[in-house]
Amino acid sequence: MDLLPLVFMVLMGAAVLAYVVLDGYDLGVAMLMPAATDEEQSVMVSSIGPFWDANETWLVLGIGILLTAFPGALLTVMGALYLPVVAMLVGLMLRGVAFEFRMKAHGWHRELWNWLFWAGSTLASFCQGMMLGRYVSGFHGGFAEWLFAVIVGASVCGGYVLMGATWLILKTEGELQRKSIAWARWGLLWVALGVALVSLATPLQSATVRERWFDFPQTLWVMILPAATVAAGFWLWRSTGRLRSGEAGHDASPFMASAAIFVLAFLGLAYSLYPYVVIDKLTIWDAAAHPSALKALLLGAAIVLPFIAGYTILSYRIFRGKAKAGLYD
Amino acid sequence: MNDALLLARAQFGINIGFHILFPALTIGLAWYLVAFRLSYQRHRDAARLARYRLWVKIFALTFAMGVVTGIVMSFQFGTNWPRYMTTVGAIAGPLLSYEVLTAFFLEATFLGVMLFGMERVPDWVHITASLLVAVGTTVSAFWILALNSWMQTPTGQVRSGDQWIAGDWMKVIFNPSFPYRFCHMVIASGLTASFVIAGLSAWRMLRMPSDAGARRTLRLALVTAAILTPVQIFVGDQHGLNTLEHQPAKIAAIEAIWHTEHRAPLTLFAIPDEEHKRNDYAIELPYAGSLILTHSLDGTIRGLDEFPRHAPVAPVFFAFRIMVGIGILMLLVSWWGTWETRGRRQPGRTTLWIVAAFTFAGWIAVDAGWIVTEVGRQPWLVTGILATADGAGDASGAELGASLTGYILTYVVMFIAYIVVLTHMAGEGAREEPPPTSWPATATAAKKAR
Repeated sequence: MDLLPLVFMVLMGAAVLAYVVLDGYDLGVAMLMPAATDEEQSVMVSSIGPFWDANETWLVLGIGILLTAFPGALLTVMGALYLPVVAMLVGLMLRGVAFEFRMKAHGWHRELWNWLFWAGSTLASFCQGMMLGRYVSGFHGGFAEWLFAVIVGASVCGGYVLMGATWLILKTEGELQRKSIAWARWGLLWVALGVALVSLATPLQSATVRERWFDFPQTLWVMILPAATVAAGFWLWRSTGRLRSGEAGHDASPFMASAAIFVLAFLGLAYSLYPYVVIDKLTIWDAAAHPSALKALLLGAAIVLPFIAGYTILSYRIFRGKAKAGLYD
Repeated sequence: MNDALLLARAQFGINIGFHILFPALTIGLAWYLVAFRLSYQRHRDAARLARYRLWVKIFALTFAMGVVTGIVMSFQFGTNWPRYMTTVGAIAGPLLSYEVLTAFFLEATFLGVMLFGMERVPDWVHITASLLVAVGTTVSAFWILALNSWMQTPTGQVRSGDQWIAGDWMKVIFNPSFPYRFCHMVIASGLTASFVIAGLSAWRMLRMPSDAGARRTLRLALVTAAILTPVQIFVGDQHGLNTLEHQPAKIAAIEAIWHTEHRAPLTLFAIPDEEHKRNDYAIELPYAGSLILTHSLDGTIRGLDEFPRHAPVAPVFFAFRIMVGIGILMLLVSWWGTWETRGRRQPGRTTLWIVAAFTFAGWIAVDAGWIVTEVGRQPWLVTGILATADGAGDASGAELGASLTGYILTYVVMFIAYIVVLTHMAGEGAREEPPPTSWPATATAAKKAR
């Protein structure tokens, strides 16, 4: 068995996971904006300002690896996801430039860009969920499959709101932090419902996934994943509960816990789909690029990714601590 | 050509033509910012700090426009040209991915430090961040132009089944047109940034003639443009000779030479008539075509009749004349402006208006130049290897039409907002104010305040 495509599946997965967690929190913060006052909104945007550009770069890396390593999947995947991809891109564009425009505009223009910041972020998040839903159901086009995609879209929005709220717990203080704790707890309920629905619907929909998860005695082993997800959820609930009641607690814990939920859900998904790029149709070996391309890219990735990790950590260290209003004034 | 292909091309063309405006500005502007930052480091005065702050904000705004439209580009390789990736992806994919790995992350991460970190990190870290952003923008241009040049003049590839792979990466990257195209584009970015900086500073001086900082910035940008423009004309000429050697059909289309000629004239203006294969209303300079392209009076230039498949003539012909025309005007404006601002002289209002009118001249020249090189490559996506029609995907005309409408609406909104904010910020000028102590404030800044 050729290992290179497998390595790239792991790399692409890592890039997408990094994207979902990192851009997830800044999209989530944007989705929470309408629930905050003007002053709080300024703090919220300041908390993500130094990071969002780099966060979105993980999406470009993910699509770059898909283009390079699995060109065989492009026709199917991009063909089937064409419209949600376009809608997501329009959303990402509008919210990306709204960072700058919302503070520099005046009057109704400012209102418009505030709204576009929220709407673009929500549209992008929802479309990402839709794409995931369509992807998991193998792009079949029945009513049940579309309903499933909509549910996944809503769940991803909930997940990002949770990431955003826990990020704000980490990066803010006072009244806004208290609000964020409440948002995080609502977000967790939303995510719990979403994860439960999706976890039940996925095996119902796909025989491949069903066999993966309900094949004794393997089932006993893989049940570690849902059990750990539930544990992370409890950790999140408890840590936000403690912060709410003013007990000693670390304000990074909720963020860690929600990131853990994302990582576990992602691993579950990867386990469901492996070794397919397009479920039941294309394996990673069918879709893989020529080995020369994979080798060329692997060399670069192996050299450069440690540096990227290094300076990303550096940037988070430089901007550690609580955010204050007015970064974009 | 079917409708879906036409729409796929229109969509990609509009997107790439919109996207390139912003990198074209940020590549040059990033190096200006390094200079502004170092100049502040040396003089430590409020005016130079204010200048840095103003232009770093404009940079951030422009960079954001480039990032978000760039994400669209990366997806459109998959949505609009999936068969391009399956045929030559083994070459294009690694080059695109190297850009993300070596440039995008670097720029995006250190832009945060550069924009918001001035009070949080020591000076040398902040200067290094500025420098890394500038290096990142240029490295990004390196990979993209390597790929684009390979598509124009492919070398180093070998066939493997129904796809092409890299036989020799050095030959793929350093293909014959790459050095010329890279230099031409990087200098174009320097000129685009110079004219934006000069134009917006002139705009500021029209509103506030006493702004000494704006005058100093105007002078710097004009002198830089006055030096870069002739260099660009020389590089452009060399690039043209290189194209004549490797893509003679493109030159024939650029010059609208229908039949092979000795002592070819230079057609200054004409209406190329594709149907009858002739030029109407032509204004010609005798011998000049041969002189410019072969550097001899009776050099032979191969005409379009020698190439069974060539680009549509009119768009390439006109776009080339727009680019060259703007280049010549840029030379006149930058030299005139340099003369007018000599020795701390205050330029007159007419001069300021002319310079302000040329603010976005670089953009028009850049887009015109890209039309020349990209339309000039048709009907090929990769010269001699993959025809454009064979690179497209299965997206329907309806899908493409709907998304094209969505993109155009979004771009129009973004572009108007960008121009309004940019001219507003520049009109307000560089505000001299103490560094903000609220945020981002550090222990050291707080200590200094005490």
